[in-house]
Amino acid sequence: MKLFLQGGRLIDPLSGKDEGMDFLIVDGRIEKMGKNLSANSTYETIQLRNCIIAPGFIDMHVHLREPGFEHKETIATGCAAAAAGGFTAICCMPNTNPPIDDESVVRYVQDTAKKVTKGLVDVYPIAAATKERKGEELAPIAELAEAGAVALSDDGSPIASAELMRRVFEYSSMFGLPVIQHAEEPTMTKGGVMNEGFQSTRLGLPGIPPIAEELMVVRDCILLRYIPKAKYHVAHVSTSGTVEAIRRAKAEKLNITAEVTPHHFTLTDEAVESFDTNTKINPPLRTSDDVAAVKEGLRDGTIDVIASDHAPHTIDEKDVEYLDAPFGIVGLETSVGLSITTLVETKILTMAQLIEKLSLNPRRIVGLEPIRIEEGEKTNFTFLDPTKEWTVDVESFHSKSKNSPYNGWKLKGKAIGVMNGSQYWYKP
Amino acid sequence: MNLQSRHLLGLEGMSKEDITLILDTAESFREVLERPIKKVPPLQGKTIVNLFFENSTRTRISFELAERRLSADVVSFSSGGSSISKGETLKDTARNIEAMKIDMVVVRHSSAGVPHFLSRVVQANVINAGDGLHEHPTQALLDMMTLRQKYKSLEGLRVCIVGDILHSRVARSNIFGLRTMGAEVSVCGPATLIPRYIEQLGVRVYNRLEDVIPNIDVLNVLRIQLERQKSGLFPSLREYHRYFGVTKEKVDKASHPITIMHPGPINRDVELSADLADGPHSVILEQVTNGVAVRMSVLYLLGTAQ
Repeated sequence: MKLFLQGGRLIDPLSGKDEGMDFLIVDGRIEKMGKNLSANSTYETIQLRNCIIAPGFIDMHVHLREPGFEHKETIATGCAAAAAGGFTAICCMPNTNPPIDDESVVRYVQDTAKKVTKGLVDVYPIAAATKERKGEELAPIAELAEAGAVALSDDGSPIASAELMRRVFEYSSMFGLPVIQHAEEPTMTKGGVMNEGFQSTRLGLPGIPPIAEELMVVRDCILLRYIPKAKYHVAHVSTSGTVEAIRRAKAEKLNITAEVTPHHFTLTDEAVESFDTNTKINPPLRTSDDVAAVKEGLRDGTIDVIASDHAPHTIDEKDVEYLDAPFGIVGLETSVGLSITTLVETKILTMAQLIEKLSLNPRRIVGLEPIRIEEGEKTNFTFLDPTKEWTVDVESFHSKSKNSPYNGWKLKGKAIGVMNGSQYWYKP
Repeated sequence: MNLQSRHLLGLEGMSKEDITLILDTAESFREVLERPIKKVPPLQGKTIVNLFFENSTRTRISFELAERRLSADVVSFSSGGSSISKGETLKDTARNIEAMKIDMVVVRHSSAGVPHFLSRVVQANVINAGDGLHEHPTQALLDMMTLRQKYKSLEGLRVCIVGDILHSRVARSNIFGLRTMGAEVSVCGPATLIPRYIEQLGVRVYNRLEDVIPNIDVLNVLRIQLERQKSGLFPSLREYHRYFGVTKEKVDKASHPITIMHPGPINRDVELSADLADGPHSVILEQVTNGVAVRMSVLYLLGTAQ
């Protein structure tokens, strides 16, 4: 297979390149790269004029639902959504049934992904930190690491016990695996369905206080100071207090990283007044002050990563009473568009900084080699059309689930294709 | 005269004109209720379903009575818990209502937003009879009707809502309605039962009855539920009664008589002393009678709108 990528602009934060660049691709490797290349008729041309070529994006927070909840999503549909959203890799969370707390499940996910995507989307399982994600006993972390798990998390549930969190930090530090915490002090959030604040007071919905998240992050930072070899990653940061706690911990040089979801920088708890259950997410949508703090955290580097927390649920599961609806929304196919529209168009981030948060930083956190865009290297690209104006249409999603609050939103900037080795998907 | 909305989902955002129209219309139905024959024909041929997904006796009876007195055909359905516990989703329930050609739906549910959800999926008029901790608009309307009868106008009237504000849809609807009508509203209760940022709804917050009683005309006393003690929100009913219970001794500190209201059912001598509940300044039974009139008014205005 021979491809000619013509007319694109390469933005590669690793090498610092930001310039026009053509590529000749042969059998999934970069044969030649340079300005104003030409190709003979044996090459198929992909026209990328006014488009950006970036190192392949990774979404490090995805729920693939398989095994166990295939009615919501499968590895195949989740990976199709990832490719359509501009991701050549995803990390999938272990809250499946059975959970990813055993090496056989790690291998099942890896093998299924290879089979169904043929290498277009790399799937890196995140294993449970505790057996059955119950927060009681350590999962077989050594075996999980050896099988290829890239991180540990009980996501969906916090590791609430301070004693167990200490042991997870200690044990995981032997393998260099990051511990991803769903930071939530569970004794403070029982029954809560939205941010505790003026809107919950107004709407009479039980609240999830922001301090439930902040307390857990601060506690974990104190544990981390005690076990400095551990790696700590805060999932889906949602409050200004959490951003501040992470900023302090980074100033102290603790081994801490953090991610934010697009919904936490594009929506506030005011959206809940519709009682649309696609606004029911955990952590919940917060206030405009929190959104501003999260954006500032992205800008100043406190927050390293944008990850979608893609959480598919069927229409029937979501179309119920607000109190009964499951938490979560799909995000793979809107993440890049929301990020460009909300962060790059408004100059909070440069395009290069956004690419760092979608490729370089998350790969570093989960211990993957950075993507090298050099002659002789395997291709791993995301193609962006930064000025494309488009309207979100959930019916066109590749994901099996359509639970998105963004249906009908007009966005600017879109991922139009991905290339990973000899596989590619392209839809300008 | 028509209301601005086809539904009664809540009092937040409802205009002063609409509230006044409901209260004025309720007065004429109140007059009907004093007649020997209490039935009038405006909703003849209309079918109303009362969907009570949460236990309720008096609100359901009050609605049924209002519906029958307007000559509507009435079907009532009661079930504790959510529709999910029966295996049928709310959406299916709504579709069934639609299929049965129901004209109006009165709904009570433990989840906030259910009337709003129904109003989007059915053609019928939807009336909120209490959604979770959110709103209970007909209760607040009957409270306002009762106060208007006594004080002629709600403008400048000083009303304090006492008790578990956090879990009270009655409090929320009263705050929205009374503020729109120009009343001064305050809330009083233990700090654990006052939701954060409630001042932003335009109310003053007190934690001691003694501080608020000298400066108000009306105490609307909410029912305290024992289960809140188990979730750590107050230590005991004894202590609650001592500090937040409305008693004759406390209201007598005011130089003027204070009107006593309660949405019922009363825990006598817990949140409200029996002598006050049955005393000369209690309007609690007026509230019950006005409840039927206000519900007739709402049903009439929505059911006969052009």
